Amino acid sequence: MSQITRRTLMKVAGAAATASVLGARVAHAEDKVKIGFIFLGPIGDYGWTWAHNKGREQVDAELGDKVETVYVENVPEDASAVPIIRDLAQQGCKLIFTTSYGYMEQTLEVAKEFPDVKFEHCTGFKRADNVSTYNSKFHEGRAVLGTISGKMSKSGTLGYLGSFKVPEVVLGVNSFLLSAQKQNPNATLKLVMIDSWFDPPKEAAATETLINLGCDIVTTHTDSPAALQILEQKGLYGFGQGADMSTFAPKAHLTAIEDIWGPYYVIRVKDILAGTWKSADTWDGFKEGTVKISPYNEAVPADVRELADGLQKGYKEGTFNIFTGPIYDQEGTLRVKDGEVISDADLAVMDWFVKGVESAS
Amino acid sequence: MSPDFVIAAIMTVVGLTTPILLAALGELVVEKSGVLNLGVEGMMLIGAISGFAVTVFTFNPWLGVIGAAAGGALASLLFAVLVLGLNSNQVATGLALAIFGTGLSSLIGLSFTGRIVPVFGSIFPDALARHPYLKVIFGYSPIVYFALLMVPAVAWFLHRTRAGLILRAVGENDHSAHSIGYSVVKVRLAAILFGGAMAGIGGAYFSMVITPMWAERMTAGRGWIALALVVFAGWRTGRLLLGAYFFGILMALELYAKAAGFSFLPSPFWAAMPYLMTVVALTFISARESAGANAPACLGKPFLPST
Repeated sequence: MSQITRRTLMKVAGAAATASVLGARVAHAEDKVKIGFIFLGPIGDYGWTWAHNKGREQVDAELGDKVETVYVENVPEDASAVPIIRDLAQQGCKLIFTTSYGYMEQTLEVAKEFPDVKFEHCTGFKRADNVSTYNSKFHEGRAVLGTISGKMSKSGTLGYLGSFKVPEVVLGVNSFLLSAQKQNPNATLKLVMIDSWFDPPKEAAATETLINLGCDIVTTHTDSPAALQILEQKGLYGFGQGADMSTFAPKAHLTAIEDIWGPYYVIRVKDILAGTWKSADTWDGFKEGTVKISPYNEAVPADVRELADGLQKGYKEGTFNIFTGPIYDQEGTLRVKDGEVISDADLAVMDWFVKGVESAS
Repeated sequence: MSPDFVIAAIMTVVGLTTPILLAALGELVVEKSGVLNLGVEGMMLIGAISGFAVTVFTFNPWLGVIGAAAGGALASLLFAVLVLGLNSNQVATGLALAIFGTGLSSLIGLSFTGRIVPVFGSIFPDALARHPYLKVIFGYSPIVYFALLMVPAVAWFLHRTRAGLILRAVGENDHSAHSIGYSVVKVRLAAILFGGAMAGIGGAYFSMVITPMWAERMTAGRGWIALALVVFAGWRTGRLLLGAYFFGILMALELYAKAAGFSFLPSPFWAAMPYLMTVVALTFISARESAGANAPACLGKPFLPST
């Protein structure tokens, strides 16, 4: 493993240019296959990037004798990502993971310049011969959180802190509330979109607001543990997002959805080594181990654990899908008929909320 | 609306307002001395990590606040050396400080990620601090009362003390102040350090009170709102207090509107609101000359004595 910051990258790029002048002899010295990672945040964010870096570490651990991984942190989701991705390709990376939605066009642009390098773009939907997309079914985890909330909420009013109205977040909200309503048919949900993935003061204030409006459980689709800390202070419950955040709120943290990227990264790197890599679209969940539920807090009663475990089992065995009709939308219109299941393709573009979501956003 | 509801809403507003009030008060004094320090965001972040780090090591939040003030002041010292000692461009140096502070706080914060400290909560007895109604007065961190006390203190200093008069003189006409024997550089240095310390304490409010943890860039742009607030207030302390609470209420209103299920304004509009209001206030200030007389005449200009 070697760590690269944007500053040292400039040096590396300079060195690479020199190396190419010196000729192919340098390239022969490389036995290991290089795998590159582009990260949105710092690897210490205890959330999104932290989880992706765990995945990278698993590649190191399992295939470290054959591959070498390199990564760049804090890469902005704008045009400046292009030269950073390009530099990884020029360094000789055979496979590059770009781990945020905002790198979609930049990934495709660099992929065009390097037809022999393979790219994997996380949460996007545009592919090419050498560009795959992959995502995780976070909403399956949300179904577990919703089940626990439906059982444990006394007020029946649940709070939800979102970032933006994008399908990934909409799916999470709907999955969470539909699951809660299976336990408590009268459960409703108040939703606040804070227009950011990361804004701890605003997340904290929004959590206070939701609590003041009667929510006794608040879950988040934003990246900091701010909401959990407010819930801890108020003696209420919430969930971790992206990683086990129980250290931030030992009492309030009922459980968390963990993003496990390692197994997928290992499979794709093995494909590169074997020469069998093909452009694909992967959307894994509980079954493949991409979504994992953290250990439950002792505050979660045994019967609730049983329900939550059963639901996970249902997903793993493919016998359960929360998006099974009848499902009504916010206005009370029947959107999914009894027994029908929303297809993955339709889920990927879902832009409407289910009945009981009290929000205009 | 029940009293409980109103009280909880007020407490949220106070939480949103206090850090920007602190940082803006400091910046007000800096600007009154004729210096524009745009690095508030960076100083707040350095204050946030300094306060958090000191609290982690000493288990004492009071020392943490002092550490935050010291951290913010140290960051501003760097700015002062460049701006006062080397006469560098204030706008460029301030922006550089904002970026530097963000980076440095992230670097220091690497070893503090994932750690927590106890909340620096109320110092009043629980009978008051946790009382269902009285908590609206007694239920805050000491930093909140400090911020509120600093408003009249700064107003008194600027307008009722000799030192305050000198500071304003330096900000209004540095050459005249210099010619009658006042050290422009020393006065401005003191003002810049005060501004840094206040921004640092404002930052510590995030890392020690609202969410007792460290997260990179956790101030999420509040330093820029504080800068806008100084202009919005027309460089007046009283209006700064009102403006801070006005901004705080706007931020809370956005969240309440969304959570209550109606959003009569699109989201980006809410985010732009403090800046939009500042533009509106500036329009008023320039339309009514008497209201704008408070902008320091030497604001942002380097001091180059002819002798």
